[in-house]
Amino acid sequence: MSAITRDDVAHVAMLARISLSEDELDRLAGQLDQIVDWVGQVNQVAAADVPPMSHPLPLTNVTRPDEVRPALTAEQALAGAPEAEQQRFAVPRILDED
Amino acid sequence: MTTTSTGTPARVVDFDDAVARFDPVMGLEVHVELSTATKMFCGCATTFGADPNTQVCPVCLGLPGALPVVNEGAVESAVRIGLALNCRIADWCRFARKNYFYPDMPKNFQTSQYDEPIAFDGYLDVEIPGAGDSGEPPEVFRVEIERAHMEEDTGKSTHVGTSGRIHGADYSLVDYNRAGIPLIEIVTKPITGAGERAPEVARAYVGALRDLLRALGVSDVRMEQGSLRCDANLSLRPRDDAAQQSVPFGTRTETKNVNSLRSVERAVRYEICRHAAVLDAGQAVVQETRHWHEDTGITTAGRPKSDADDYRYFPEPDLVPVSPSAEWVEGLRATLPEPPAQRRRRLQQDWGYSDLEMRDVVNAGAVEVIEDTVAAGATPAGARKWWTGELARRANAEGREVTDFGVTPAHVAELDGMVGEGRLNDSMARQVLEGVLAGEGTPTEVADARGLRMVRDDSALEEAVDAAIAASPDVADKVRGGKVQAAGALIGQVMKQMKGQADAARARELILERLSPPE
Repeated sequence: MSAITRDDVAHVAMLARISLSEDELDRLAGQLDQIVDWVGQVNQVAAADVPPMSHPLPLTNVTRPDEVRPALTAEQALAGAPEAEQQRFAVPRILDED
Repeated sequence: MTTTSTGTPARVVDFDDAVARFDPVMGLEVHVELSTATKMFCGCATTFGADPNTQVCPVCLGLPGALPVVNEGAVESAVRIGLALNCRIADWCRFARKNYFYPDMPKNFQTSQYDEPIAFDGYLDVEIPGAGDSGEPPEVFRVEIERAHMEEDTGKSTHVGTSGRIHGADYSLVDYNRAGIPLIEIVTKPITGAGERAPEVARAYVGALRDLLRALGVSDVRMEQGSLRCDANLSLRPRDDAAQQSVPFGTRTETKNVNSLRSVERAVRYEICRHAAVLDAGQAVVQETRHWHEDTGITTAGRPKSDADDYRYFPEPDLVPVSPSAEWVEGLRATLPEPPAQRRRRLQQDWGYSDLEMRDVVNAGAVEVIEDTVAAGATPAGARKWWTGELARRANAEGREVTDFGVTPAHVAELDGMVGEGRLNDSMARQVLEGVLAGEGTPTEVADARGLRMVRDDSALEEAVDAAIAASPDVADKVRGGKVQAAGALIGQVMKQMKGQADAARARELILERLSPPE
């Protein structure tokens, strides 16, 4: 059963801003399909009464108190930025402003 | 499909005509920034207006390997908001990643909630003014709440023009201080049945929500600073009075940047008129975001819905589920404040305001500030007079709040006290308020600096009265002859001589004493 089509890969690549060649689309469609099949094997052992899980840990409510902790300095925060100006990260033009 | 063009003003039809033929359906999404000390998933401070990028850390900058931890104060606020909105509280729910690429969100996803909101299925009763011109009691309109969920705010970007350094191209500058501040998004179910009152219902809903959030103490709810933001979805469907419930909804638009109560009403009203014109022309409404322009009172086309609106939500693997216990939720329920509508009725009674006076107070957004002012020692009448007078006029004209001008409840209580003691008359008190507004200090400081003080010394006043009578013997004769209203001219002269610093009522008394006909 083929779950992942070439079009699916092209769509996800567009969403992820990844440019793929025609060859790569073909190859990845096959590989991703195989991965989905493997993961799908879980369905064969998980009965309907086993809810889907997003987490292996049997934990809930891990929180921290609402207390301020030291932040980075602006210099530290901007140290890895390719471009910075006016103590802000400079990024290519974006359409909407707020 | 025909699209409306961007930029050029859209055709609109008259509002009354539009609502006579179409039934508006609204959906309101309100984002409220919580006033927690720290961000949703890290311990960075949330102070408004801090220097750029000084309240950031590896978590809210999305640096590799950083792990988020949920702020328990934010969860508590979310549950209290849900309870105050009569919602059910999830006994177990998760966060989800909303994936998209945008520089204001450095992780390339926003941590939000998807199909498991912490609160859902509630309602808020809002009051709109009675339908007639005066006197009718307010109408109550129930707005159903779909959900209230937890998420985080984004960074703030500033656009830089064409002279920029990055290869001469336009670029943007981003400050991540706001990224990660806890947000609660409150979404209504489709609001139907409001008809021609839809714009008022929208405004009343956001206003009631603001009052409620303020009473809960969970947010600053300052629309002009963006801590309360409203997106208004609107669609029209043809009116069919016989079978309205079965008429399908039309295509909706989502108007963003609606950042005052007045704008909420205007934006909904405008979109009703614009949709009606599109439909009248036999065209299809384009599903898109619209930008509200406060200055021109119109919306313009934003981004159309596209294939890129595929956020690939999935449960956030870096956070464990939130599972509020029933005991904790019930404990929080006990901390809920009196519902604002009930509280307003109680305060109106305590303060002895008429319905009309109370309505003005509510419309001016001055209930809380008057409560504080009365607590600071002012008379309820004095507090109302000052907050709903010049301050409300100014706030309304500028789309701001009465509390935004540097005048505090303590100032107004002091001013009211000075009038009550007879230190200031009404016109002096107005001048003092002007001084306080101009930042000249407290009312006492302003009055001292400007030399404003009613003269209580009768001898000075008597001299002025005698001088005025001597200067206008003909007017004096009229008063002697029984034409009491002629005394007004003499009072005017006395006040002029006293440079306004006298009690006009006392001056009148003295004049009439002097000029009373002989017994």
